[in-house]
Amino acid sequence: MIAESGHYALVLALALALIQSIVPIVGARWRDAALMNVARSTALAQLLFVAASFAALVTLHVTSDFSVANVYENSHSLKPLLYKITGVWGNHEGSMLLWVSILALFGGLVAAFGNNLPLSLRAHVLAVQAWVASAFYLFILITSNPFLRIANPPIEGRDLNPVLQDIGLAVHPPMLYLGYVGFSISFSFAVAALLEGRIDAAWARWVRPWTLMAWIFLTLGIAMGSYWAYYELGWGGWWFWDPVENASLMPWLAGTALLHSALVMEKRNALKVWTVLLSILTFSLSLLGTFLVRSGVLTSVHAFATDPTRGVFILLILFVFIGGSLSLYAWRAPALKQGGLFAPISREGALVLNNLLLTTACATVFIGTLYPLALEVLTGEKISVGAPFFNFTFAPLFVPLLLAVPFGPLLAWKRGDLLGAAQRLMVAGIAALVAIALVFAWTYGGATLAPLAIGLAAFVIMGALCDLAERIALFRIPLSLSLRRARGLPRATWGTAFAHAGLGTALIGIVCETTWNSEYIGSMKPDDVARVAGYELRLDGLNPRQGPNFREMVAQFTVTRDGQTVSVMTPSKRNFTTRGASTTEAALLTRGASQLYISLGDASADGTIAVRIYHKPLVLMIWWGPVLMAFGGLLSLSDRRLRVGAPKPAKATARALQAAE
Amino acid sequence: MTRKQRRLTLIGCALAVLAIAAGLVLSALRDSIVFFSTPSMVAEKHLGPGKRFRLGGLVEQGSLKRGDNLAVTFTVGDGGATLPVAYKGILPDLFREGQGVIAEGALDGSGVFRADTVLAKHDETYMPKDVADALKKQGHWKDDYGAKPGNMPSASAAPTQGAMR
Repeated sequence: MIAESGHYALVLALALALIQSIVPIVGARWRDAALMNVARSTALAQLLFVAASFAALVTLHVTSDFSVANVYENSHSLKPLLYKITGVWGNHEGSMLLWVSILALFGGLVAAFGNNLPLSLRAHVLAVQAWVASAFYLFILITSNPFLRIANPPIEGRDLNPVLQDIGLAVHPPMLYLGYVGFSISFSFAVAALLEGRIDAAWARWVRPWTLMAWIFLTLGIAMGSYWAYYELGWGGWWFWDPVENASLMPWLAGTALLHSALVMEKRNALKVWTVLLSILTFSLSLLGTFLVRSGVLTSVHAFATDPTRGVFILLILFVFIGGSLSLYAWRAPALKQGGLFAPISREGALVLNNLLLTTACATVFIGTLYPLALEVLTGEKISVGAPFFNFTFAPLFVPLLLAVPFGPLLAWKRGDLLGAAQRLMVAGIAALVAIALVFAWTYGGATLAPLAIGLAAFVIMGALCDLAERIALFRIPLSLSLRRARGLPRATWGTAFAHAGLGTALIGIVCETTWNSEYIGSMKPDDVARVAGYELRLDGLNPRQGPNFREMVAQFTVTRDGQTVSVMTPSKRNFTTRGASTTEAALLTRGASQLYISLGDASADGTIAVRIYHKPLVLMIWWGPVLMAFGGLLSLSDRRLRVGAPKPAKATARALQAAE
Repeated sequence: MTRKQRRLTLIGCALAVLAIAAGLVLSALRDSIVFFSTPSMVAEKHLGPGKRFRLGGLVEQGSLKRGDNLAVTFTVGDGGATLPVAYKGILPDLFREGQGVIAEGALDGSGVFRADTVLAKHDETYMPKDVADALKKQGHWKDDYGAKPGNMPSASAAPTQGAMR
């Protein structure tokens, strides 16, 4: 009964989305306020029904109703409650339902909080949202219905893929989807602007908070996924340049560019056409990511069971939306008026450079990800492009970007003073040189590039601080006055500083982890001692343990340093009986920002066990960086300007609208 | 500067960055592409020692030998030819004899494939797609290799089997 109601609610949501796709557009054509307002109520009702449908699937999973195929295939009655809930989106059908639920959530948010939008713009935006939603409802209902029943219900389920039975599944996919799907809002705004043939600084002001929100979630989602892979897969790697990871990195790069170009548009009314294109591209890349992951063209932990009809269907959606929006862009964009002039050396110029480098980096990732697929389709030749390609193309583009980052906020709008900015960055430059010298001296004879990279990171972090210091006139006026200025600074300024500093922080982590990682691999028997990076790890013994739906072999290590016991680490090897699969649960010991990492291999008959121990210096900074970036984004999002500033330009546009009529 | 000059500067910069990126991409593609081969393809193509590629196939039954200090050797076959593989380290959780595997590395002088990576698989029914395609092409595909857990017919036909496993 619950399954049928969930299914029915989804069909109703589709019907509402279809109404929402057409009626508001007709209303906007006829300038009929009542018809345009239909968008608002249908968007909210749609959210209600999708939420009901999603709740139905969650209930089915929690109650372990194995007469539903989706539950049977991905659940088990002994599975802990948390994994019963997260297992809802740990499979293809459920994760697509989560995707549309989040899409409906964003549509509902625009409907509920978009009261200061011009009526016709809101109608257009919600209609475009409904186009996307309809396509995905159809996709779910036709090819991936999660509510299908099995004729002869089995008594026990097949359990969830053990790798996914982790707290990471509770956080990573929803976060990532909030990011991916959040970009649908800027896409809808862009298409709406093209349909209306009008775009201005106010438009950018409405789009920016939505983009920022999506970007924050995507940043955290990617970081979370990376940390999850790091501790769960037992390899100690945190980024594999796997096509699925690239699929999330591409929208992030484009979205970061979009955030910056929307800033130019909001402040200076320039780069309009480019911003609209970026909005379209960012969401297109999100759709492409969905396609890559869900169509089964790639095999990875993310590609659950796949089926070719699904791939074709998503490809069709991809063609319609990307092709359609780009055609619309080609047709209508020339009609958008160009605004604000600026010199090449200016804040705008710096942001253009940022966009140029980010989109080019995005393009190289795009080529590296799709070229092998295209080659295979066209010639049948199989190649695989791996990490060396991306390291070689990505790094040279990011180095100038990172060098330029501290300069951007110090340049004035319209016409900047590069020399002045360089003078104000003197402290950061000195800090960078000191960092290089120190790291070089400390690791003398080691890697040569690493100290330079650390110096670059120091430059980025100190540059962000210099910008703040400059704004509050630190050390030039009395400290109390500086502090008062600091309180008065717009939160967006603090946000920028945090986000940029986060970039440097992540870079330090990446460089340290890849360069000074130490490793021990060997087979150990109880009372053996392994020495890694000054730590001594003694294997105390191996103990079997019974978990709720698995058996595990737990190895206990006592970690000592300079004769003093630091901690006990217990990595384990789990065996999931239902699927006959085993997973490696690594043990992590955090010391400051560094970590010790133990993962187990196979135990052999003579009582020894294969052990891999890593010491990863400053590895946590890799994820602190994105967290700082997201925190910066959050500060920026809470800026007064974005909360209360919006209505004013709205009125201006409303007048323009009346004038146009 | 006039509007035209500014625009030209901008376009010039953009082209310069794109040219650099294109150069990087092309040179990286030449150097670092890793080709995928099965043992029969290795025999056909006469791949020389030292050239990196990805080897895919099935781990031959009874071929896995563990040496001292985590050194392992096994044989990868695709029904046509076989190739000995040497690897040092921890094998992925789901490494089994008779199952598909992908190893990355190069041949040494004596014709042994020295792998530095053996790719992890994430599901007991998951067959690396490259391996499955290669096996299908050579007619050694058995339907139960890659039985997909998510297919509706198999799910409804064999629920008890699933429950018993």
